[in-house]
Amino acid sequence: MSRRRLFLLGCFVNLVALGTAAPPYAQTPGQDLWPSLSKEFFQDRPITENDGVVTLDAPVRAEDAAIVPMRLRFEGPFDIKSAMLVIDQNPMPMAANFTLGPKARVGFIETRVRVNSYTSVHAIAETLDGRLHAQAKFVKAAGGCSAPAVKDQEQAKAHLGEMRYREFKSADPMRREAQIMLRHPNNSGMQLDQLTRLYIPAHFIDRLEVRQGEDLIFLMEGGISLSEDPNFRFSYAANGSKTLSAIAHDTKGNVYKTEWPIAEAI
Amino acid sequence: MHGINILFKIFVGFASFLTLLAPLRVSHADQSAATAPPPPSLFQLDEIAPGVLVHQGETAMMSASNLGGIANLGAIIGDDAVAVIDTGGSLIEAKTFLKALREKTTKPIRYVINTHAHPDHVFGNGAFRAPGVIFVGHKNLPQALAARGAFYLSAFQETMGSTLEGIEIIPPSLTVTDQAILDLGHRNLQLVAWKTSHSDCDLTVMDQASGTLFAGDLLFLRHVPVIDGSLLGFLDVAEQLAAIPAKRVVPGHGPAVADWPNALNDQRAYLLRLTADLRNAIRKGSGVSETVKTAGREEAAKWSLFENYNARNATTGYAELEWETP
Repeated sequence: MSRRRLFLLGCFVNLVALGTAAPPYAQTPGQDLWPSLSKEFFQDRPITENDGVVTLDAPVRAEDAAIVPMRLRFEGPFDIKSAMLVIDQNPMPMAANFTLGPKARVGFIETRVRVNSYTSVHAIAETLDGRLHAQAKFVKAAGGCSAPAVKDQEQAKAHLGEMRYREFKSADPMRREAQIMLRHPNNSGMQLDQLTRLYIPAHFIDRLEVRQGEDLIFLMEGGISLSEDPNFRFSYAANGSKTLSAIAHDTKGNVYKTEWPIAEAI
Repeated sequence: MHGINILFKIFVGFASFLTLLAPLRVSHADQSAATAPPPPSLFQLDEIAPGVLVHQGETAMMSASNLGGIANLGAIIGDDAVAVIDTGGSLIEAKTFLKALREKTTKPIRYVINTHAHPDHVFGNGAFRAPGVIFVGHKNLPQALAARGAFYLSAFQETMGSTLEGIEIIPPSLTVTDQAILDLGHRNLQLVAWKTSHSDCDLTVMDQASGTLFAGDLLFLRHVPVIDGSLLGFLDVAEQLAAIPAKRVVPGHGPAVADWPNALNDQRAYLLRLTADLRNAIRKGSGVSETVKTAGREEAAKWSLFENYNARNATTGYAELEWETP
């Protein structure tokens, strides 16, 4: 765990260094960044693509650049340790890394990300045997005046840290389906404007832990590619617990914690 | 010796002037090859009321061929000065706008008002930058431009190409928190800064002399409404707008001028349909990806550019409305 956290921190430091050298939107569209990203995240470990262990559901086109739904589905025997979502062309490509609870048998996790330009999106899962499995999708950029920016800064500040939990009717008889929502601007901190000198400081959720009772469902370690008001819909195997809890941590050191009685599905 | 020194300085000055000119000439040649600005006579600027000029934008997505000219632009002429309302989607469009405006009046431009931060309304600002010109906008406009300006310049490379050349993101130096009056000489403009609706920096301009309301993108006609702020905020602000006793309205997109407040009806119907569809889907637990494929679709036949924007509006609206459910 501590190794992974160090590694994530490393990615972010690299990015900050990169940010000073080039504007964050300078990537050439069409240039395949995956070989270098894959090397940075997974060194030279072999990655098997499209073997069905992880499936990525992504829209063909990002409709709203600030809110693009992405669903990672995990099939078959539940031996997945962790899964990473990478938006290749974004300023900070690693959107989120999910560590799955060993007993939670998570069937899918859906979240929402910002998409800056035409990009490949990769879902990479690591199974308990240490092997890597991936699936990639290509997402066309949003058109018009859509931007991967916060829609209402004041609103975001006013409701900072509010959390919601919902339970849904699950299509999967083996699992429950739930959603955790968190009010947070998830600001990138890269939005320095040369003319106005206005700077919106980095302020984003870097960690979210969701548990049923004491047992981990998933731990999310994330960055600025996650949309404002981070949102996670997921399926999990119930362990009989009466409560579900979420603890989120942001880059200013704020901790948001809420516990709910597990609701009946709507 | 002294004389030589002066001559030398003049020569150096001239040489650096030439170096400045060189890249300008190259880019000008590029532009005329790809997208020559239309002659001013083709840039229609109509007087819709005494001293109120409007250019009707094309109902289309911004592109190199339309020079980004998709938004309605305006100018109001007072006894002493002129106010420009939105500057267009490229420097080329804005220069053509300025030239057409100069054929109608020689009075100084005192104010350039941006109704919000979107590129089709602010990309032309650079053409109007001059001593004595004050850029005016909503209090949130500087922040919105800071967060989005560089992204827009990059994102529109593909569709606008060399038409993007020379565009400067110019923030307002005069910002409006609630309301403000601008005096053009026996002609007052009332500016109102609204809460988050179409975007988080919408500003309207009411010309009291003629009773003309410039609604910016708080009013769409024909062009499907675009939600880049808040769906419920948009509905609410549009209802507040309806109470403004205007004789006519200039929408941000659609015809240059329309009846007030009847012009709000189509937009209201669309936003209400979308809200109802989204609330229904969220209540049933339907996810965002499946919901945006159907929400609002009943309205499809009534609007231009529906396929370009409806799923986006539904996505934005879904993320907003799902917080309503306890």
